[in-house]
Order: sequence, then structure tokens, then C-alpha cells
Amino acid sequence: MSFMQHDVPLTWYLLLSAVLFSLGVVGFLIKRNLITVFMSIELMLNAVNLSFVAFAYQWHAVKGQIFVFFVMMVAAAEAAVGLAIIIAVFRTRATLSVDRIDLMKL
Amino acid sequence: MNGTLFHLWYIPALPFAGFLINGILGRRLSRALVTTIALLAPLSSFLAVIGNAYGFFGSMPMPASLPILETCPLPWIALPGLHVDFTFVLDQLSLVMLLVVTGVGFLIHVYSVGYMHGDPGYARYFSYLNLFLFFMTTLVLAGNVLLMFVGWEGVGLASYLLIGFWFQKPSAAAAGKKAFIVNRIGDFGFLIGVFLLLATFGTLSFSEIASKLAASPMWTGGVLTAICLCLLAGAAGKSAQLPLYVWLPDAMEGPTPVSALIHAATMVTAGVYMIARTHFLFDRAPLALGTVAIVGAATALFAATIGLAQNDIKRVLAYSTISQLGYMFLACGVAAYSAAIFHLVTHAFFKALLFLAAGSVIHAMGGEQDMRKMGGLRKKLPVTFWTMTVAVFTIAGFWPLAAFYSKDALLYAAFVHGAGGKFLWFVGLVTAMLTALYMFRLWYMTFFGELRTADAHPHESPWSMRAPLIVLALLSICGGWIGIERFSSYLAPSVGLHPAVSSFPHLELILTILAVLFALEGWLIADKYYRRKTERPAQLAAAMPAEYKLLANKYYVDEFYDARLVKPLFWVSQYVLGWVVDFAILGGIAWLLAGIANLSGAILQRWQSGNLRSYAAWLTLGAAALLLFVLLGHHFVEPSRMMVNLVRGR
Repeated sequence: MSFMQHDVPLTWYLLLSAVLFSLGVVGFLIKRNLITVFMSIELMLNAVNLSFVAFAYQWHAVKGQIFVFFVMMVAAAEAAVGLAIIIAVFRTRATLSVDRIDLMKL
Repeated sequence: MNGTLFHLWYIPALPFAGFLINGILGRRLSRALVTTIALLAPLSSFLAVIGNAYGFFGSMPMPASLPILETCPLPWIALPGLHVDFTFVLDQLSLVMLLVVTGVGFLIHVYSVGYMHGDPGYARYFSYLNLFLFFMTTLVLAGNVLLMFVGWEGVGLASYLLIGFWFQKPSAAAAGKKAFIVNRIGDFGFLIGVFLLLATFGTLSFSEIASKLAASPMWTGGVLTAICLCLLAGAAGKSAQLPLYVWLPDAMEGPTPVSALIHAATMVTAGVYMIARTHFLFDRAPLALGTVAIVGAATALFAATIGLAQNDIKRVLAYSTISQLGYMFLACGVAAYSAAIFHLVTHAFFKALLFLAAGSVIHAMGGEQDMRKMGGLRKKLPVTFWTMTVAVFTIAGFWPLAAFYSKDALLYAAFVHGAGGKFLWFVGLVTAMLTALYMFRLWYMTFFGELRTADAHPHESPWSMRAPLIVLALLSICGGWIGIERFSSYLAPSVGLHPAVSSFPHLELILTILAVLFALEGWLIADKYYRRKTERPAQLAAAMPAEYKLLANKYYVDEFYDARLVKPLFWVSQYVLGWVVDFAILGGIAWLLAGIANLSGAILQRWQSGNLRSYAAWLTLGAAALLLFVLLGHHFVEPSRMMVNLVRGR
């Protein structure tokens, strides 16, 4: 376990987390397919998880790891509900393009 | 206090229970049950008064000052500087008034059973009548001005409901509104008086105000005059005095028993009762007292002259009521409160009798109220005729009937009251003659001669209507036999002693003979014009068309008020308040606010595109802005903080 301690500093983990998060944001913004958008959200969540774990390891605090479990749980629930919604939307509208799902307009 | 006494709150509470039961369930109950409840309420209240009176006289010797019996069942308002409770006071004054209100009230309830028997609103009628008794007994028993005001407004409400009882008739609905609104004008004065009392004395309790006044015997006039004039405005509204009397003749649109109970015997005398109740204030305000006397005398004469030329039997009686109330005010104005209350009591008997007998006539004529179509009813309605005869002779003031004693007492009190008193006495004397004239005119037109219409088949009224007539006739005969000396010494603890003292021993006898002669003169004129030479009144009216029209149209007072007060008020309401204030100012502000909301909504609406990715973009931008603020925020915050410190001089 010594390689983590000595060879890879915290900054790198945070940088990786930031890169993953930004990828998620960009995907969330530019992708049209609803499933891709959904996956981008998952990517953002996991990027945050990575930074949590890294900090927890650095400061020897178990709270960060507990938080990650919570996030994973919420993400799992969200995936279940979200995929159900996606299926329902596809069945009724026969499309998954977010630009065409604009029923929330006033 | 005294353990043998009933609780006073029974007296108003029992009619209130009757009101609730008949008002809520009356439509589902059988007619017999409604009648039973409606009659039990005033009867039990009357018995409670009798029980209290018995306990009251049992506790002789009576204490000389207020309060005789003061109970406080419930606290009401307890604020710093204002403390008012639901206080009931039983003393000589309120006892007399309660006996009249519940006793005559019960008789009129009995009469109503016969009079209203076919009406679809039977239960509603009796619930209103019980409601009236509840408020009237509250008014009479009230131990402070505010509770009296509650009763005062309450009887106004009951009066409104009963005047407009047949609300399908537009004239009845309008008369109810008129009574309510004209009374509001007087009540405004009353309310100002209450505020002035509170500001001056810091309390509203009658007994506390009286004791505070007794503690400073030199205090007269000034703010007391203002208070009394305000109270007089209220009394003039409720008791139909000049210039606020206009509602009472129109109030005759209500059922006749209502006119008898509310607009003759009890409610309209509330003003007199209020002045007697607050006599310790009026005694210290000679100017206000003089105003009371002048208003009373003027009203008595004015209304009596109008009564001469009316053809509606109930309107004649209405103007007669106004005139008799003027007598009572006249007596109050010369500080002869016991004479005023004496006349109030006898008036309650004979005027209730007059109205009930008139109601019996109207009932017999199938709703006809125009005296020109009546006549010759003497044979067909013997009981009504004889009781009406008693009432007519009583109101005219013949010996030994009730009003002889009371009218005599108050005219005598006016005569011995200083220099102006002679004039007031003379006005009263002329009014007495006019009273006899218009009452005998009514008597002759209704009961003598021949029936002047073909489509009526008069029949005597049922026993439920005849019995109250007979009881009231007996009371009208005997009601005055107690005599003013005994009555005023009985009332003395409440309203002070009758000030009538004269150096001339036979003065009272001479004045009495004069008054009776004047009344006799009135009778003779009526006899000549309406029995022996029935064509003369028409000739007289033709000879003096202007004068006759003036009287028949009631001096055009209603028209004057309409043109000078009501129309301008309508104009102000419609144009100034309606168009400028309501439409332009208030409506404009509302329109402006709605416009701002609409406009900003239209702008902000563009944000809500429904496009998921645009929402996401805004979300991201917001998060980025927050992040930027966290990172660089201190650069923006610090300079402003420095500015603040600079201004503070650090």
C-alpha cells in the first residue's frame, strides 16, 4: 500500500476527479440522447465520490467513505427510477432525444 | 347579595333560548310546539322578573343608592384603562322597565299567535320577537354604557328584521333599511358619547360615573354638556324625535303586533330610559337638558299636527307615538324623570292597546288600513270597539284613566319649571287638544257611520287576540291609579326626587281641569267634523288647500331629506367614492400591480423553454458563478467593507 502513500499525491486524485466531473458536465450539456445524459450524471457523481475517498484517505477520516456509500445508494435508486422514466418516455413518444422532450414548457 | 333572588341573567337568556330553538329548528317543528316555545320564553322571563321583584321588595328597607343588585356573570374587556364586564343592574328603574317589557311583551306574543296564524314565516316571526326581548332586557339590565349599547344595537337589528318581515314587499324592505340607517345616525352620536365618557371618567359603569360625579359637586357643563348632547342624538334616533323621527311612520310596514311591541311600547322608549338612566349626567348639563325639553315639545306638537291629516290607521298611531315620546322627552328635559317614566309605563299600556286594537280592525277588514274605507265597525267588532274606546279616552287624558295621571304629572312638572316651563306647558296643552282631536277622528272614522267599502266582511278576531286586548284595557284604566307621588317616591333612589314644588296650593288642580277641558275641546271638534257633519273636513281641506297639502304630505320632511341629504349622498357615493376613489384610485392601483406582474411574467417566461439542456446549462452556469464567488468573493466584499469603515471614521 506504500505506493499510494508515497508515489501518488492527493493532487492527482483531485485532478482526475475534476477531469471526470468536467467530462460529465460537458456530456450532460451537449449530448442529446437521454441515456447518455443519464450516464453523464452518473459520471459526475462518481467523480465526486473519488474526491471524497481521496480526502478520507488523506485525513484518515472515515466520514468521507460513509458519505460515498450514501451517494452510491442514492445513485442506485436514481438509476432505477430514472431508467423506468426513460422506458416510459420511449414507449409513449418513441424518441430519446432531449430536445424533443419539452413538455415542461409553459 | 340576596340569596332568595333569581340570577338576573335568566331574564335575557330565556328569550334567547327561544330565539335559538325557533330560529334553527322552527321550520321542522309543528306549529303547536313553535307556539309553546315562543310563548314560554317571554312568560318565563316575566316570571323571573316577578321573582326578582318579590325578592327585591322582600329586602326592605331598600338601600338608597345604586347599585341595588349588581351581578357580574362574565368578565368581558379587561385592558389597561378600559375595564368592562357583562354587568346587570336591578334597581327601581330597571325593574319598572323590565315589568313593562316582559309583561306587555308576553301579551303581544299571545296576540301574535292569532294575528300571524296563517303566515308562512310563523316560526321566523316568533324567533325574531324573542330575539328582540333578549336584546331589550339586556339594554334595560345593562350596568354600563357599553353593554347598554350592545342591547341598543341589538334591538335596532331586531326592529330591522321585523319591519322587513314581509321582505317580498319592496316598501317593507325599504322601510327596514330606512329605520336601520336613520338609527345609525343617532347611534353615531351615542358612540361618540361613550368615547367621551371613557375619556372623561375612565370608566363606563353607571354607578362609578355617578359616584365620581357625586364626589365633585361643582362640576357642571363643559364636557358634560358635550356628552349629554351626543347621548341625546342617540336617544332622538331610537325614540324617533326631531329631526330623526322619519323612520317610525315607515316602520308601520311591519306586522301590527311588531308595531305595538317595538315601535310603540318598548323599543322606542329606550331613549327615554337611557336619559333617565344617565340622569346624573343630564342634571349637570343644563344646556343639554334644555335641548331635550325643546326637542321633546317641538316633536310632540309637530307630530300631532301631522297625525291630523293621515288616513292610514297605523300611520295615525305612529305619529301619535312620536308625539307621546315627545311628551316623555319634555318631562326628562324639565328633570321630572319619574313623570317621564310614569308616562312611559302608561303609554306602553294604552299605545300597545291602540295598536293591537288597530291590528284587530285590520285583521277584520282583511288587511285594509285606509280609514276612509272603514266605518260602522262598532256592531261587528264589539270587543275591539270597547277596548279601543278605552284606549282612545285614555290617550286623550280623561279621568280616571291612566294617561290622565301621567300626562297631568308631566305637564305640571313643566309648568313649575322656571320661566321657559310655562311655554313648554302651553305647547303640551295644545298637543293634548290635538291628540284628542286626531284620536277621536280615528275613532269616528273607524267605528261609526256606515262601512265605506263593499269588498270587506268584518268578523271579530279569535280569543288569542281578544284576551290581550282586554288585559291591556284593564291596565290602561288602572295603570295610573298608583299616582305620581307614590311612583316618584318609589323611583327616587334611581332617578332622584321629583322637583315639583309650588307655592300656590290649587295650581295642580287648576292645571288638571284646564288640560281636561282642552282634551274635551278636541273631542267636540272631532265629534262635529267626523260624526255630525262628515262633509265638513273635505270642505275645509278644499278651502285651505295649501295647509291641507302641507299636513297630508307630512310637511314634506321626507322629500326635503331626500333632496338635501339622500340625493347628495348618493351623488357623492356614486361619483366621488364610486368613480374617483373606487374605480380610478383603488382600481388603478390594482390594475398597475397586475400590469407589473404580467409584464415581468412575460419576460421571465422566456426562460422556461421546456428544453432540458437549456435548464442544465443555466444550472451549470449558476454553479460556476457560485464557485467563482467562493474563490474570488473576498475581492469584491473587502472594498465595500473598507468604504463602510471609512464612512464611520475609522
